Amino acid sequence: MGELKRTPLFPEYEKHGAKTIDFGGWDLPVQFSGIKHEHEVTRTKAGLFDVSHMGEIVVKGTKSLEFLQKMMTNDVSKLTPKRAQYTFMCYENGGTVDDLIIYMLDENDYLLVVNAANTEKDFDWLVSHNTYDSEELTLTNVSSDYVQLALQGPKAEQILQTVTNTNVEEIKFFRFENPVHFSGIDQGAIVSRTGYTGEDGFEIYIDKDYGRQLWILLLEAGKEYGLEPIGLGARDTLRFEANLPLYGQELSKDISPIEAGLGFAVKTNKENDFIGKEPLKAQKENGPSRKLVGIEMIDKGIPRTGYEVLYEDQSIGFVTSGTQSPTLGKNIGLALIDSAHTEVGTELVIQVRKRKLKAVIIEKPFLKRN
Amino acid sequence: MSLPKDLLYSEEHEWVKKEDGKVRIGITDFAQDELGDIVFVELPEVGEEIEADEPFGSVESVKTVSELYAPISGKIVEVNEELEDSPELVNESPYESAWMIVVEPSDESEFDNLLSAEAYKEVTEED
Repeated sequence: MGELKRTPLFPEYEKHGAKTIDFGGWDLPVQFSGIKHEHEVTRTKAGLFDVSHMGEIVVKGTKSLEFLQKMMTNDVSKLTPKRAQYTFMCYENGGTVDDLIIYMLDENDYLLVVNAANTEKDFDWLVSHNTYDSEELTLTNVSSDYVQLALQGPKAEQILQTVTNTNVEEIKFFRFENPVHFSGIDQGAIVSRTGYTGEDGFEIYIDKDYGRQLWILLLEAGKEYGLEPIGLGARDTLRFEANLPLYGQELSKDISPIEAGLGFAVKTNKENDFIGKEPLKAQKENGPSRKLVGIEMIDKGIPRTGYEVLYEDQSIGFVTSGTQSPTLGKNIGLALIDSAHTEVGTELVIQVRKRKLKAVIIEKPFLKRN
Repeated sequence: MSLPKDLLYSEEHEWVKKEDGKVRIGITDFAQDELGDIVFVELPEVGEEIEADEPFGSVESVKTVSELYAPISGKIVEVNEELEDSPELVNESPYESAWMIVVEPSDESEFDNLLSAEAYKEVTEED
């Protein structure tokens, strides 16, 4: 066990009563005041998240677009500067390397934001497929250069507007502005209208040396709107209710984006070939043999990651995520199961430790916003 | 953190209260605080036998499931049914309202394996 990594905001956690945990080698806050409370605050007011553990990789050079088109399932050519795109990198067999967001900073200049635990793997994967010379393409892992904050919730826009002259209302969904300047901070930041909660909100990337100042500024400005710091526990319940996938649970090297129901970011008709195209195309056209469904417990119990799912005594899959939904107060989960039994209303059995408990397939997403 | 002196404790974060030849069992303030918001408590039925150091039920927070380990062996004579509908009592009142089971101990010598409040405090400080 090596020393746990800390983000530049670590010294701030304690001021807000954080409990930290080892999260993939990072010492991060699982909660501040309590998961249920933080969840509710983000749904009704606003929450501030330190997500600096996320990885950032810069792709630059005249061959960047050609390279990204080969590596990514989405159509990267659709991007223009100041637009972002959700996409996957897949293996040849269609399994998922990672899900990520690509920011087009400029012509031939892209920023990839990847899952913390996958950063090294992703970077190596990209490097191993780089057949260009250094004048044509460079790949740089800049993860430790950035602090990333997420400001999420119905009050996020109002709060952000109090600390910048940039008109943040004009930053539309999956667009970004760069550089955005904040009161009293001598460094611009990338601000995108993106997030992982199912609420309106922003993600902000700033030079690590200014991150702490920005955290304090936002919390202070947000106080009158009810803004609070939020930990990873609520980040997980928030993303779960909104059916946003978590790599390692809904997606993995053994689960394709099509199986996870995320075909919108897999463009099998784009001009360029990409890694994993053939199996993904076949899954799209013929339907995958497994699908991700929403389930609600009928019997008392909570479905958890990895629990077996049965239909008429036959194992048909497993739970990928599950909890008691703080917003809905129901014990619900996501499960990857045999496509033959995925109709809404189908009764299933979940093996909850020693007990076999009844559940039913329900509509997704669990939470519909606006 | 609250640690009543008149209770005995297990290293697995249960408390034990002796009451006229029976014992009442619950989880400690430290345990509920570590777990966070408790949303589900699974307990055995009256009449079941439990065995020291073996799981007899579980508590679930929003985030995780934790097994409850029996601090002593014996037969269950009472179960706190209220926790089924109000699991949050475990957070609010771990030593009073949120007792979990009452047991008739089968082996009094097992009490020797339990910890005093002071000794248990040391366990929590090591964690």
